[in-house]
Amino acid sequence: MNTPSDLFYSKEHEWVRVEGTKAYVGITDFAQHSLGDVVYVELPEVGAKVAAGDEAGVVESVKAASPIYSPVAGEIVETNANLEDAPQAINEDPYGQFVFVVELDAPFEKGDLLDATEYAAICEE
Amino acid sequence: MSALKRTPLYEKHVELQGKIVDFGGWELPVQYATGVLAEHRKTRESAGLFDVSHMGEIIVRGAGAEDFLQSILSNDVSKIAPKETQYNIMCYENGGCVDDLIVYKYSETDYLLVVNASNTDKDFDWIAKHAPETLTVENVSSQFAQLAIQGPNAEKILQTLTDADLSAIRFFHFEADVVVAGKICIVSRTGYTGEDGFEVYCDSADAVELWDAILKAGGDEICPVGLGARDSLRFEAKLPLYGHEISAEISPLEARLGFFVKLDKEADFIGKEALKAQKAEGLKRVLCELEPIDRGIPRAECEVCVNGEKVGVVTTGVPAPTLGKNLALALLPPQYAEPETQVEIMVRNKPIRALVKKGIFYRKKTLAR
Repeated sequence: MNTPSDLFYSKEHEWVRVEGTKAYVGITDFAQHSLGDVVYVELPEVGAKVAAGDEAGVVESVKAASPIYSPVAGEIVETNANLEDAPQAINEDPYGQFVFVVELDAPFEKGDLLDATEYAAICEE
Repeated sequence: MSALKRTPLYEKHVELQGKIVDFGGWELPVQYATGVLAEHRKTRESAGLFDVSHMGEIIVRGAGAEDFLQSILSNDVSKIAPKETQYNIMCYENGGCVDDLIVYKYSETDYLLVVNASNTDKDFDWIAKHAPETLTVENVSSQFAQLAIQGPNAEKILQTLTDADLSAIRFFHFEADVVVAGKICIVSRTGYTGEDGFEVYCDSADAVELWDAILKAGGDEICPVGLGARDSLRFEAKLPLYGHEISAEISPLEARLGFFVKLDKEADFIGKEALKAQKAEGLKRVLCELEPIDRGIPRAECEVCVNGEKVGVVTTGVPAPTLGKNLALALLPPQYAEPETQVEIMVRNKPIRALVKKGIFYRKKTLAR
């Protein structure tokens, strides 16, 4: 399972990449592997406010729908429109395909998020 | 909770990186390493191999077996000849479904019924309760393994493993005592994918060798297929699934399976009067094909609304990969069942507009013989 060391992770299997005041959010390699073929991604509305832990999107496999939670608080400022036409890109490159971008309410803090080593450990369980 | 059951092929599924799930009390693979979409595609384009050993098999044998089956099944069992199979609904008095099943006729006094796995005990009890004492009714499910080999290349692949002429087995017919890969099997030209193909029943002890032989014979032209693609394949071909399109609460007429319900057959069968009454009074709801206009995937149990009022419910909603659409089946009152009627399907509390359609599901291009 691939868990890049420059990202933070949630226990719900989202990844976060912080760039200045923005946080890019996607789902992890572990998550895409557990889901199987992704056939649909429901993106949040640009402009929506999210608290950490809020449901901000949905990723669907052939069999089931799974929520994507925002690991950080702020405003959705961008979504990955590529996933509307090519949801399977998440399977092919989970860390190359963010789902949405959050303009952070406050400077980023790791808080309850995990680093790569910690996240890899919970995936082992 | 009783322990989960395993088919004789469980170790094979693990070996093939099957993602094992609890399916109605059975540990079965929802998919293998390549995934649901690849397995679906392979079955449509070439061939897929399914372990369906969890299905139930019940023997009904003895003088009067045909008359008895006529009294509990919806179709006209007297119309089929030996070595023929027939799709049937077994109904409750009120017209709801105990199960749907396939009848295999050996002779007027010897039948094998193949029933849904999770209904096997219920079906056996129901059949045994209604059977005259002179008949033998036996649940032989654990003795049988069942493999389904489905797809346009199914015959070609299976033929390499047997001297029997498979082309001589016509659609919905079977041969018993066919030697396949050295194992004695029942081979029927039946399936649950909308493709040509076979269902092969063997002794549980022979299942692993037969499975390996079929995969080896097929090489790149076949792949193992899990429950995920089994569902998307059957759904895309609009084949009903118990608990979704039919159930104790949904009659076969509502599910538009009237072709398999012979209300005019001479024999009375359990549920016949109720179904006749349903038909005479007019059905309150019927199964409809829905094609979404908006993006999104309707799922089973999503509400269907017209002008914000709930009028029905989705029975199955799954992407139809071959068609490239997210279709749904839903039970709707007849006034909304006309093609091009617009409805809304509530997906996560948001309405998705959809049109009622007719004939939009998958049909294979060449007719089975």
